[in-house]
Amino acid sequence: MSATDQNMRLLIIEDDRESADYLAKAFREVGYVADLAGDGEEGLALAETGDYDVLVVDRMLPKRDGLSLIGSLRDKGNRTPVLILSALGQVDDRIKGLRAGGDDYLPKPYSFAELLARVEVLSRRHGGPAEETSYRVGDLELDRLSHRVARGKDELTLQPREFRLLEYLMKHAGQVVTRTMLLENVWDYHFDPQTNVIDVHISRLRSKIDKGFERPLLHTIRGAGYMIRDGIR
Amino acid sequence: MTAFGKLVRTTAFRLTLVYLFLFALFAASLLGYFAWNTRRLITEQIATTVNAETGELSDIFTRRGLHGLVFNIENRALRPGANLYLVATPQGRAIAGNVGSLAPGVMASTGWSETAYRRLDDQDSGDHRALVLVSELGGGFRLLIGRDLEERRRLFGIVAKAAQWSVLIVVVLGLGGGIFVARRVLRRIDAMTGTTQRIMAGDLSGRLPVGRSGDELDRLAENLNAMLERIEALMMGLKEVSDNIAHDLKTPLTRLRNRAEEALAKSGSEAEYRTALERTIEESDGLIRTFNALLMIARAESGQARGNMDDFDAADVAKGIHELYEPLAEDDGMTLHVRTASTPLHGNRELISQALANLVENAIKYGKPDPVVQPLSAAADAKEILIEARREGDFVLISVTDHGPGIPESDRKHAVERFVRLEASRTQPGSGLGLSLASAVATLHGGELRLGDAHPGLTATLAIPAAAGVSDRLAAQTPDVPQKVA
Repeated sequence: MSATDQNMRLLIIEDDRESADYLAKAFREVGYVADLAGDGEEGLALAETGDYDVLVVDRMLPKRDGLSLIGSLRDKGNRTPVLILSALGQVDDRIKGLRAGGDDYLPKPYSFAELLARVEVLSRRHGGPAEETSYRVGDLELDRLSHRVARGKDELTLQPREFRLLEYLMKHAGQVVTRTMLLENVWDYHFDPQTNVIDVHISRLRSKIDKGFERPLLHTIRGAGYMIRDGIR
Repeated sequence: MTAFGKLVRTTAFRLTLVYLFLFALFAASLLGYFAWNTRRLITEQIATTVNAETGELSDIFTRRGLHGLVFNIENRALRPGANLYLVATPQGRAIAGNVGSLAPGVMASTGWSETAYRRLDDQDSGDHRALVLVSELGGGFRLLIGRDLEERRRLFGIVAKAAQWSVLIVVVLGLGGGIFVARRVLRRIDAMTGTTQRIMAGDLSGRLPVGRSGDELDRLAENLNAMLERIEALMMGLKEVSDNIAHDLKTPLTRLRNRAEEALAKSGSEAEYRTALERTIEESDGLIRTFNALLMIARAESGQARGNMDDFDAADVAKGIHELYEPLAEDDGMTLHVRTASTPLHGNRELISQALANLVENAIKYGKPDPVVQPLSAAADAKEILIEARREGDFVLISVTDHGPGIPESDRKHAVERFVRLEASRTQPGSGLGLSLASAVATLHGGELRLGDAHPGLTATLAIPAAAGVSDRLAAQTPDVPQKVA
């Protein structure tokens, strides 16, 4: 797995020492700078002074609750993207977290691959360009205004949902997107299907955009999810 | 606390005391008013007769002189129960009448006064009191006419005694009644307290005694019993969940542990370690899914998810789930169809979507036609799965129909229970929670999950009561749905 932003700075506010250390180590291994804070007050102080690309905040923290921390940051005009980690995984908890100013919500237990994918998307969103009207990966082109998709000279016909799936993948080209992220962002469902329903949609999409072409663009990242990118890069 | 202390502290007893005090006060003032009025009346009567007699005797004195007066007075004084008479010279010497002695200075001034006196013929030494009128006759002579006040005193005594007795009776009866009522209430409260203590000690099956009078205590007891009923049901649910968690999570956990142990002991190459680890992660993901589903069911059953309800069209949910699962069904050799009419609904969209997704997943997994029972010619039709959303009477029905082996009627109730995987499905993957979650979601919305026969196959229906006014509210909303692109 390659980190695209070598200098990405991350603050992990988590009171469980072991998981915090595990996270910091894992993030450092993919080239991030990861700072740790063990409670809400320390976390708030660091988040205010440090220049971070993403904050990873546990919802239940000693001294200051995670949601109150985010609220206080947002009140002071700090717009650093925040990913909330929480043992409370129900839909209404998620909504509460996002309403408090969080940008994404990941229920525990999570896989590191899922967390990494979401953090990368968040940081890109923070610093990256505004919504573009068209995306291009290799010779694959998607026009958001005219809803046209073409690979090289070939015009591709996609179903509306396939278009949105591809749109999301291309928006985050070069980044891993997980199955849960796709289900949340393309379908707007927040439950966990017991079957590989997303994989089937991906394979349909793949058969339309990659089949018959020499260089595949839609890649399966084992144990994590999918990524669209130009194979050469 | 002693039994008496408890009694005295009851609300009933305290109220009794307050009322007792008020009633005693009332009785006392009533009698007091009565006594005072009687006394006034008697005094007035005395004054009238004394005045009249004074007038009469003054008249006699004027007409017949002192002799006539004295003669007349001596006569009058002899009558039984007579008034008091005294005629005195200007020097203050008594010359006629029946008065033996008077309090000093009474004769010195004219007008009304109350005085102690003794009659001439009195044997006893007891003191008497009288109301007297002293008047001036011609020539400095003075005439005193008075009336004994004994009558008035006696009457007053009678009233005072009546007051004493009535207050005493009020107090005794009131206290007795208070204690009686308080003890009755206390007995019932004690029974309630006893039951609640038993319940607190862990015996949730205890119920408060309910009398037949239907009074406020009975109503309270009934409501508390209803509450206990609900608590017991919830506790049972909780216990069931924890039992099931213990049972059905321990099995895969043990499997997980064994696999890790085996890998540790036997794996030689990195590839083998890798495979073992991957399987471990897969297994733990499955565990997490099961755990989430269990929590979701518990939440739906406890009614916590009621906060997130809004108005939406069940047809959209059905179409959404169809769109999501259609490719999966096709890959599995089935065809997934959807047939909907606009069916507005008030509920938790996410939960209903998930329940429907579970039903569809079940249909794809278990709804394959049985090749032995069904002739091959019918096979194409039999591979169809139909999602329907429609309104029927007061219910919104969201159903999934497959043409697989179905569930035998006797097994249907059983199938909804947690972790139940019917014999035929034991070899398929899954947590066995799909139907119970769907059922819990339906219950949360005040409806139910119906399992029916599709001849052959299974129709699983989420039947949810349609809320009034939803269609109007939905129609009022702007029809365009913004495209969500993150």
